[in-house]
Amino acid sequence: MTYVEFLKQYGPQLVDGSVTTAMQTVLAAVLAIVIAIVAGLMRLSHNRLVYGTATVYIEIFRGTSLLVQLYWIFFVLPLFGLSLEKFTAGYIAVGMNLGAYGAELVRGGILSVPKGQWEAATALSMSPAKRMIRIIFPQAFLNMLPPWGNLLIELLKGTALVALISVADLMFIARKINGTTYLSAQAFGTALIIYYLMSRGFVTPFMRWLEVVMTRKLGKA
Amino acid sequence: MFDWRWEFVGDILPRLIKATGNTILAALLGYGIAVVLGLILALAQRTHFPLLNRSVREFVEFIRSTPLVLQIFFVFYVGPQFGIMLSPWTAGMIAIGLHYASYLSEVYRAGIDSVPRGQWEAATSLSLSPVRTYSRIIIPQAIPTAFAGMGNYLVGIFKDTPMLSVIGVAELMHTANAIGSEHYRFLEPYTLVGLIFLLISLPTAGALRRAEAKIREKMGLRQI
Amino acid sequence: MNSSLKDYPLKLQGDHIPMVRFQNVTKRYGDLVVLDSLDLDVEEGEMVTIIGPSGSGKTTVLRMLMALEMIDDGVIYVEGEPMTHMVKSGTLTRADKKYLRRQRLNIGMCFQHFNLFPHMTALENCIEAPIQVLGLSKAEAVDRARGLLDMVGLLEKSDEHPSRLSGGQKQRVAIARSLAMRPKVMLFDEVTSALDPEVIGEVTQVIRKLVDKHNLTMLMVTHQMGFAREISDRVCFFYDGKIEEQGAPDQLFETPQKERTQQFLSAVLEAN
Repeated sequence: MTYVEFLKQYGPQLVDGSVTTAMQTVLAAVLAIVIAIVAGLMRLSHNRLVYGTATVYIEIFRGTSLLVQLYWIFFVLPLFGLSLEKFTAGYIAVGMNLGAYGAELVRGGILSVPKGQWEAATALSMSPAKRMIRIIFPQAFLNMLPPWGNLLIELLKGTALVALISVADLMFIARKINGTTYLSAQAFGTALIIYYLMSRGFVTPFMRWLEVVMTRKLGKA
Repeated sequence: MFDWRWEFVGDILPRLIKATGNTILAALLGYGIAVVLGLILALAQRTHFPLLNRSVREFVEFIRSTPLVLQIFFVFYVGPQFGIMLSPWTAGMIAIGLHYASYLSEVYRAGIDSVPRGQWEAATSLSLSPVRTYSRIIIPQAIPTAFAGMGNYLVGIFKDTPMLSVIGVAELMHTANAIGSEHYRFLEPYTLVGLIFLLISLPTAGALRRAEAKIREKMGLRQI
Repeated sequence: MNSSLKDYPLKLQGDHIPMVRFQNVTKRYGDLVVLDSLDLDVEEGEMVTIIGPSGSGKTTVLRMLMALEMIDDGVIYVEGEPMTHMVKSGTLTRADKKYLRRQRLNIGMCFQHFNLFPHMTALENCIEAPIQVLGLSKAEAVDRARGLLDMVGLLEKSDEHPSRLSGGQKQRVAIARSLAMRPKVMLFDEVTSALDPEVIGEVTQVIRKLVDKHNLTMLMVTHQMGFAREISDRVCFFYDGKIEEQGAPDQLFETPQKERTQQFLSAVLEAN
């Protein structure tokens, strides 16, 4: 069959898979961002226990493969009493993994805010919480955006692995189609193109837009 | 429930260690391909032919924006569709080598771009040829900057080798899966795999950081 | 509105040709005209200092002469031969990269930010180009370099990397590095502007030595008015991409004729 026919017949399935991928990505991203902020802030603490806990978490999740973590969460956690549905296991693994990388970006972003900002806020008698929320973090946020853009794309790519625990995402569907039709170039090729469109067509422009908005809000434009 | 069996660990450890050898081999081989191919891709974006530059650029972006595991499937299955049979190893090496070559080409580009413009101007003012300018002045200064990125990707490629398990390459993950299905026990195999990865990647990352500091020192550059 | 290249000589003729000639040179950055139909001659052995407000085009003059970028109109000649253009089948055309590299051998340049190669020692910085470009043997190049480092007073620092040198020392090494190529023309682009005041003297001393003892043609852009007045043969005041006024240093500094020159000089003297 021609490629157009292929798309007509299998398009709907691929779209379904893409929607699942998108959902996995969004959920994992939210989790990753929360973990990154918490762990990043913990890594800035002077309290050794707090700093140490975050460090251990980060080193473990950055030092092992996402795939290994995924399998561990899905197959091994049940033995500890925590049984997760495959869809949930999927985005939790991806979120926890990329949250570890994100923690370093958050820490780096906060450290890149000039010391004078901290001093000025303190001189105005701001509490540490207010200082962080109103002064430091907004500036850190802008600095962090470019590497976070890359991270989100890694996250999107990472969700492809959930197909290996049978979550019906884009990659799973592509494999399924390949298994029944043996039209590998069409099946996998189309999936590649869709991932590409999602990264460069959605994530990258979105991050750029966010950068523009934040720059304006910070009065830097 | 949770019930760790040490004797099971003893049984399967030899097999896992052997598979680790395969994992390390796959990582080093793939990385070797990526280092060379990456340089070609980086330089191919700096030629005097805009069409070539753009095409290579788009290709690199495409590879970087799509999942490695999907690329592995693509390379492995598309070959036979057109009559070329590739072994899992070959397909895996091609896919992972190409994927990381794209990452490394960006690292090389960033390294070259990080060399201050004044260096190019000084080389020009001394009438150094382009070849000499690159080889004697620019690339030596690009290396320390690129080194950090290159080191990260070495550790990264090692951690990505489990993806090769999906096309049957007998590395660590694949072996752990096999053990798991044979004995219906996943706790020990997966945990051990995780530990093995940690035991290799953490010291490697530390050693790379120290090596980077040494290179900077040796070249008389500022420590970051 | 560019002139035709046919209007320019292929080679400067006559018994007395200037070492450097800018003929009707224009340089634009987008809409901004940075050099405006500039005519400037520098005689052999002359030391010309260029002063002026920022944006007047002073640094651009040096950068165009060294062909770090291409001019938009006009021709620059060095030792009678065109620098920015080359002669091909009897006419002038834009110079290609190979030609420029050859022509640049006549010109040496020292930069505001030194631009020493950080991964090489002072000595290695000075022998790199003589070996790679001039084809000197290592022994010859080292000999020459040591002589020059001695002249700038840094022989004992030969094996240090730039990161271990002070700003003044770095600039002196940079001067030695340029001189190692034995250029006919030396360009100094604000070479003291990035230095702490107490080390400016080491660098100006070296430049003075060059003026006194050698017949080098030199073009200098600087804010050091006192120094400029002391050692220049001629001072050019640039404004808006053109030479507003030029003349012997005493003449220009004591009795500036044009109003803009007077304004600039009084502002500068007030700042000091």
